[in-house]
Amino acid sequence: MTALVPPAVSEPSRTTRGGSDPRRAHHRRLTPAVLFLAPSAIILGVFVIWPILQSLYFSLFDWTIGADSQKWVGAGNYIALTQDPRFWSALGTTLIFTSVTVVVVVTMGFLTALGLLQDHLLTRLFRSVYFFPTVVSLVSIGLVWKFLLDPSIGFVGGILKFFGAEPIAWLQSTQLALPAVIFVAIWKNIGFAMVIFVAGLKAVPAERYEAAHLDGATDRQVTWYVTLPSIRPTMLFATLILTIQSFQVFDLVYVMTGGGPLFVTDTLVNELYREGFVNFRTGYASAISWVLFAIIMIISALQLRLFRYNDVD
Amino acid sequence: MSTETSRLRKNWVSGQAAAVFRWTLLGIGGLVALVPFIWMVSASFRSEADLYGNPASLFPTQWTLHGYIGVWEQLPFLRLLLNSFIFAGAATILCLLFDSMSAYALARMRFRGRTVAFVLVIATLMVPFQVTLIPVFIELFHLHWLDTYQGLIVPRATSAFGIFLLRQFFISIPTELDEAARIDGAGHWRIYWRIILPLAKPALVTVAILNFMNLWNDLLWPLVVTSSPDMLTLPAGLTLFGGQHITDHAVLLAGAVISLLPIAIGFFFAQKYFVAGVATTGLK
Repeated sequence: MTALVPPAVSEPSRTTRGGSDPRRAHHRRLTPAVLFLAPSAIILGVFVIWPILQSLYFSLFDWTIGADSQKWVGAGNYIALTQDPRFWSALGTTLIFTSVTVVVVVTMGFLTALGLLQDHLLTRLFRSVYFFPTVVSLVSIGLVWKFLLDPSIGFVGGILKFFGAEPIAWLQSTQLALPAVIFVAIWKNIGFAMVIFVAGLKAVPAERYEAAHLDGATDRQVTWYVTLPSIRPTMLFATLILTIQSFQVFDLVYVMTGGGPLFVTDTLVNELYREGFVNFRTGYASAISWVLFAIIMIISALQLRLFRYNDVD
Repeated sequence: MSTETSRLRKNWVSGQAAAVFRWTLLGIGGLVALVPFIWMVSASFRSEADLYGNPASLFPTQWTLHGYIGVWEQLPFLRLLLNSFIFAGAATILCLLFDSMSAYALARMRFRGRTVAFVLVIATLMVPFQVTLIPVFIELFHLHWLDTYQGLIVPRATSAFGIFLLRQFFISIPTELDEAARIDGAGHWRIYWRIILPLAKPALVTVAILNFMNLWNDLLWPLVVTSSPDMLTLPAGLTLFGGQHITDHAVLLAGAVISLLPIAIGFFFAQKYFVAGVATTGLK
């Protein structure tokens, strides 16, 4: 803490601070704030905020990159979406992927956190092991699991063979490909939920547990009536973040199945990528992105409601 | 008395049984979490014949380096590695600077529109980034920034999440310090650089690690912005080459192992920052 602030020798103008001209004083206060904000503001403005508006605008046109003029279609892209079986299938896949992943990950993450709550060497080691898949890229994870599930070289098939069963071509099967991708997403995210729950559980005041035990509550009652209500905000946070992430699933599908077989694992963002960057149907892909945004907003709002976020504890 | 002791013993036994049950489950879970990585590393040292011949084996029957040699020969691997470092490194450094500057303004300066600016930052967090992907692609096309480093880096050089996280941290730093500095005649730049930033090191490290990890691991963004093999990052390169040219499993797995090494090493030494970045940010 020493020598934090060397005495200012420069900036003699500071001595005139608080002078009689209020307009100049205001101006002086505004300028540094603008300078501090400028880099982020320009980047966010040019590459986030303006594109958000543009995307909505594009979605109203039959827009194609590089064309001389773009045709206004109004709600045409959105209407076309409702008649596109591939969109409905992608939406359904995304909904199944999200709901199964979120429910299983939140439940298992919570149980794992309960099991690993105490702090000693072994629990800390286990927490690291469970958390590690969270920091690894989905590309590496997708690649490894694609090979693990391969019927000829994969370890999963090898084990099945070892026990006398036939190896299964998980990712080539229209019935098993989606469950397999969902399994990998769950596998990757349990550690993420666990870490959030460990932090949340540790923040619950110990007096609440003591009071419950004094009143003669059993362990199960304590979990049900003390722990769960106390970590409602954590529960909400984990559910919300996982839902938003899962709706945007892309990498895992792209690497593991490419959306196949027969589009059964095709999700909204995979469809958006294909329409926007393979087929160059800019307007149509923009409409998909706005549908995605709208669904995420609606589901987030429902979850906030469900967890009664505004209730006073 | 004897019924009391037998009840206690029963409780103890059931407690032990529960502990055994709990640790058995946790152990199985741990194995399921770990085995894919063990298999991944081991398979990157195996030959195709070995993989096809002994799929049930977790370890190589014969070690071979051909995967690691192949990854340099069959892929522009050095270039992919370099691109990943340039992209994730430069964007992370710029993010730290720009995000902390904005966070300082939002936490420490009084100006008109401050609330609006902060709300706008939060609002951008709610929009999925795929919404901006196509317009940004078109912007980069018009700027002739597609397939360039600036195209990869500049749009990622600030993050609303980083601004939010750092602003929350800066607010928790007592204002007495800057007031004392101000009396000594220090301006905003000096307070920001000499007082706030040094005190905010843990938050800065958290933001840096989180950013670097996300950028290093990202697939969709580099896939959209780059197209020539010379500009691809590791995830994009592994995905594209994996789908087309390379059929040798060990080669791709060697690439995947190398690409996760920096993150794994960072995780080993600075796990608490990874955890902090992921967990505490959501807990007010």
